[in-house]
Amino acid sequence: MSNMNEQMAAKYKNNFLKEIEEQAEMGDWVKMCMQCGVCSGSCPTNFHAGWDHPPQEIFMMIRAGKREEVLTSNSMWQCTSCYNCYVRCPRKVPITHIMHGIAEYAYRLGLAPKMQPSLHLSQTFWNNATKHGRVNEVQLTQSLYFKDGIGAGIKKAMEMKDVALGLVKAKRLNIMEALGGGHKCKDVDGIHKMLAKAKELEAKRKAGKAAGA
Amino acid sequence: MTVATNQTILVVGGGISGMTAALEAAETGKQVVLVEKNPWLGGRTAQLYRYFPKMCHPTCGLEINLRRLKANPRIQVYTLAEVTGINGVKGDYTVTVKQTPRYVNEKCTACGDCAKAVDGEIDDAFNYNLGKTKVAYLPHVMSYPQRYVLDPSIKGTPDADKAKAACKVGAIDLDMQEELLNFKAGAIVWATGWQPYDAKKITPYRYGEFANVITNVEFERLADPKGPTGGKILRPSDGKEARNVAFIQCAGSRDENHLRHCSRFCCMGSLKQTHYVQEAYGDAGKSTIYYIDIRAIDRFEDFYQKVKANPNVGFIKSKVARITQDKDQNPVLWGVNTEGYKRYSTPHDLVVLAVGMEPSVKGVEIPAEVMSDSSGFVMADPANAGIFGAGCATNALDVNRAVQSATAAALRAIQVVNKVARAEA
Ligand SMILES: Cc1cc2nc3c(=O)[nH]c(=O)nc-3n(C[C@H](O)[C@H](O)[C@H](O)COP(=O)(O)OP(=O)(O)OC[C@H]3O[C@@H](n4cnc5c(N)ncnc54)[C@H](O)[C@@H]3O)c2cc1C
Ligand code: SF4
Ligand code: SF4
Repeated sequence: MSNMNEQMAAKYKNNFLKEIEEQAEMGDWVKMCMQCGVCSGSCPTNFHAGWDHPPQEIFMMIRAGKREEVLTSNSMWQCTSCYNCYVRCPRKVPITHIMHGIAEYAYRLGLAPKMQPSLHLSQTFWNNATKHGRVNEVQLTQSLYFKDGIGAGIKKAMEMKDVALGLVKAKRLNIMEALGGGHKCKDVDGIHKMLAKAKELEAKRKAGKAAGA
Repeated sequence: MTVATNQTILVVGGGISGMTAALEAAETGKQVVLVEKNPWLGGRTAQLYRYFPKMCHPTCGLEINLRRLKANPRIQVYTLAEVTGINGVKGDYTVTVKQTPRYVNEKCTACGDCAKAVDGEIDDAFNYNLGKTKVAYLPHVMSYPQRYVLDPSIKGTPDADKAKAACKVGAIDLDMQEELLNFKAGAIVWATGWQPYDAKKITPYRYGEFANVITNVEFERLADPKGPTGGKILRPSDGKEARNVAFIQCAGSRDENHLRHCSRFCCMGSLKQTHYVQEAYGDAGKSTIYYIDIRAIDRFEDFYQKVKANPNVGFIKSKVARITQDKDQNPVLWGVNTEGYKRYSTPHDLVVLAVGMEPSVKGVEIPAEVMSDSSGFVMADPANAGIFGAGCATNALDVNRAVQSATAAALRAIQVVNKVARAEA
């Protein structure tokens, strides 16, 4: 358990709902859910296997104080941001945003499932995009393909070979990116400074919340 | 000729609420003018097959009220009439009423010869347009006044001559014109009732696209022996018996995207309608109610428990997310059951949307300053204290509560005209 996780667990003891309300972005909406089920029934991923708990159930689990189960769940990470639930929710609960809010909180506490594909994608994408201020598509694709080992990566790359060649032909993919070339942002330093400042502000805001300010 | 003074009470809307308010006021000796826009009295209650909690036929309650009405010389009834203007203040209003022609005068004996003579047909509004009726028609068996109506579209057609020729008592008068009537009133009761929420707006339910997705008001007409199917519960798509019926609660109600309020009657409405399925098909008739929570308010708990004990009625705690259709045109309901969070996708023969109540005044200009709440229902306005809402114009209510509210409105109106009378004495 991370330090922050222990702190938060101690701070909110038996009131997980309050913890979500105060610490997760948009968490204060959870109490508005009336358990109608429209969100779960509208979720495109819910009709596939592998989705632990639909949003409605996550919200009920929060109220029931199932802290460990919620924060370590893969459910929030499965959200595709299709917004079907959000537009249909009779209570106008911003479900999509709450899912991301809880996911981000779980990540900060160090409880997010390891190597969860969407988490992995988010991290990879972020690191890639912020490095030069532009996405390096070849390297991004590589790091995703090779996530599960070299063999799996080569197999996947071979499968997608024709698509890649087509993209290169159409000048939508620059092979030079593989070597760190390709398009970059003009003022990389400026971007880095801006991101550092944003990060500092956000960290301050969240630390304030965690401290109960 | 309208005999009205500023001691007269004007009642707008002749549904169960308006009739009640008019009768209660007239029976205490007040002069009442009742204005109804349909060619008949009774409102939407008359369009039900049976009504809860006692499962009686609306004709029964309607009959009692019509007897009271006929016995009371102090009520003047205008049908096919609408209020278009209200001027003045509490105790001294002048109202304008637009009277649309019926083309049939009071000589009509309701023999029906005109209807037999004509060929033209129009949508049957009484049956929520589920069937057709002739251009010369009696809206329903209990219509009051018991007089036929000619649809305006008949004018200038051969049917007009046929109808006129067929009438032995000379009741058909095609020269009738629209008229504007002006008269005085001391107090006004606004009882214009409700309308079903437009189910087309709940797009994931595909009403209007899938023939076998219908609304609760339409289902009442299907179950009624006087309705378009002669009381047989048949699917609109192929006329097959609908033995496996799903009810979707809160269709449009309790929904920030549609109606904000709980419509209150629709849980009971669907519980009642499971009786129709049972009555039609016995143990072969199955009903499933998809619900968020069942709101069988106060004294109705018993009714709910009895339906719950019926093994032919299933309950699934879930608001259906969407409807698709299989190759046999069976609607398939998709969602997640809150009890256990399990997914389902279940076909039924017929789906009944328990659509909620919207005030019929919504989006309509009331020709006076009247306050309304966030759902559009009329509220008491302290600044305009001579106009009182009654029945479903003020809130989503069942018949019992609508009648209570109408009596309350009548009492308030009586107090206003009593004050006028004292001042004038
Ligand atoms: C499917 C369904 C089933 C139901 N079942 C039951 C049941 O079993 N038991 C029960 O207790 N309740 C039931 N209800 C509720 C019941 O229908 C209402 O409580 C009742 O109709 C209220 O009567 P009202 O007079 O207030 O309104 P309405 O019946 O709507 O009457 C209003 C009248 O005003 C007229 N009007 C409207 N605008 C104007 C205007 N501008 N000028 C003049 N006239 C106007 C209308 O034509 C109408 O005649 C059911 C409702 C539905 C939808
Ligand atoms: S749709 Fe909205 S109210 Fe319904 S269960 Fe989901 S979050 Fe709750
Ligand atoms: S009465 Fe029942 S179906 Fe109607 S809005 Fe209320 S909860 Fe929903």
